[in-house]
Amino acid sequence: MKRITIFSGHYGSGKTNVAINYAVKLGKEGNPVSIADLDIVNPYFRTKDSEELFEKNGIELISLPFANTSVDLPSMPSAAYGLFERRDRKVIIDLGGDDRGALALGRFRPRLLEENDYEMIFTVNFYRPLTTTVEEAYEVFKEIEYASKLKFTKIVNNSNLGIETGAEDVLKTVALANELAEKTGTELLFTSVDESVYDEVTKVLSPEKVFKLKLQEKIF
Amino acid sequence: MADKVLMKGNEAIAEAAIKAGCRHYFGYPITPQTEIAAYMAKRMPKIGGVFLQAESEISAINMVYGVAGTGMRVMTSSSSPGISLKQEGISYIAGADLPALIVNIQRGGPGLGGIQPSQSDYFQSTKGGGHGDYRLIVLTPASVQEMADLTMLAFELSEKYRVPAMLLADGTMGQMMEPVEIPEADYTPTEKDWTVTGTQMKRKHNVVNSLYLSPEELEKTNFERFERYKQIEENEARYESFMMEDAEYCVVAFGIASRVSKNAVIAAREMGIKVGMIRPITIWPFPAKPLAEAADKVKSFLSVELSMGQMIEDVKLATECKKPVYLCNRVGGMIPTPEQVLESIKKMAGGER
Repeated sequence: MKRITIFSGHYGSGKTNVAINYAVKLGKEGNPVSIADLDIVNPYFRTKDSEELFEKNGIELISLPFANTSVDLPSMPSAAYGLFERRDRKVIIDLGGDDRGALALGRFRPRLLEENDYEMIFTVNFYRPLTTTVEEAYEVFKEIEYASKLKFTKIVNNSNLGIETGAEDVLKTVALANELAEKTGTELLFTSVDESVYDEVTKVLSPEKVFKLKLQEKIF
Repeated sequence: MADKVLMKGNEAIAEAAIKAGCRHYFGYPITPQTEIAAYMAKRMPKIGGVFLQAESEISAINMVYGVAGTGMRVMTSSSSPGISLKQEGISYIAGADLPALIVNIQRGGPGLGGIQPSQSDYFQSTKGGGHGDYRLIVLTPASVQEMADLTMLAFELSEKYRVPAMLLADGTMGQMMEPVEIPEADYTPTEKDWTVTGTQMKRKHNVVNSLYLSPEELEKTNFERFERYKQIEENEARYESFMMEDAEYCVVAFGIASRVSKNAVIAAREMGIKVGMIRPITIWPFPAKPLAEAADKVKSFLSVELSMGQMIEDVKLATECKKPVYLCNRVGGMIPTPEQVLESIKKMAGGER
């Protein structure tokens, strides 16, 4: 696998949640892992929410000192630059949503291209408005590539309806994800599903193509 | 794809407005409602609508005033400090008897406050945030589905009574994601006899205005308007009653506070406390009738709010202070926990049963 994995995609497609779970998986496999929060769009629902989880799994979190402090200031953590020097580490980059969020990547583009050891992932939830069809998702896909000046290499299908997601809801999106991969010349890396439906989904899909995660819980 | 989509509250408002026939959106970005503007920016150009980011909130509300005068469905959205800026324009729209939708995704205040959720614009929304005698129809959703449904209803009521409507939610409701189904609205624009759309030399011209130099005439418009307000109070108060049949205690809460409170009510019932909840869905008109009826049955009320106690005044008015009304609250961007509300219920009921 590549050293750097970048999660990008439509606003609210679940990038952060997939990135967090993916980092934990890599950590548990014994890799030295850093996760960088480069979200310059949304002051809420930050990677930093999972700080304890990262500590428990020995994952380094790189985020702004004022992430989650209600300071609504789009900027980048300075430690992010070090990730391109410290090449012994696996790096997960969590971008903000849409083309606006992907702009944050622009300044790292030369470093990414020079090292050429990265996976750029388009995260998609076909149940989200404005990406409910392959055509709509393709539009966002292209907008992000244009803003970041980088090409996507893989697709993650994170289609879900929150707490109402059933296995069937997930399964019927796989064809769309594959179609998008074909249309864009990329590859479907995996379909991510909540642990509650994992067993049912893997009866149909090969477990190598399914990534088990925890969706955010309903508080009230 | 499926009928249901996973939406943020803010996105649901925007899509529902489009479905309801709104093709004019004017706004200015502010957290935590920016997704409404972002969604409109993306969608409106594709459906022949107008998305315009104005140079200020004041400018945006006056653009709304302009389009409203033509009878077309129009909206703006903002969050608390931005809504304060819009008050002059809202008063003008009310004074000119125009329909329009104003969305307020509240954050903590006063002043610039913070970006976390709040319900402390209750007074501003229901008691006249701007100058003059006027009312807004104020709807308060408690789920992402209601963010959509009540947006559609707001357009209908606003048009029916020619009274501007406000959708009042908070940062949590705007930001939370839930599965939602946006219904298709059967809206066809109707001919109205008051719009300023050109006479084509075929009729007398209409005037949309809130300026009256004759006090007699201005008084008359006020009286007439309040006749309409009376009709709205009689016909449009909406609420949800939860476990009230045998209730000895009554929680009153709207929006996010009602979601928290529902959990607390269920937990209290499990402890044997007979408590129910009345959830206002409109806060103007306030559902005074069910509260007045409850006042003859229950021992006391608990108003749960994300404010220093604003709705509690309407609860006291509606119940004519027949029974004690207590307050359970958090402010400044904090949300009461179900445990806090449960403690307040237990205290009100004199401990566990």
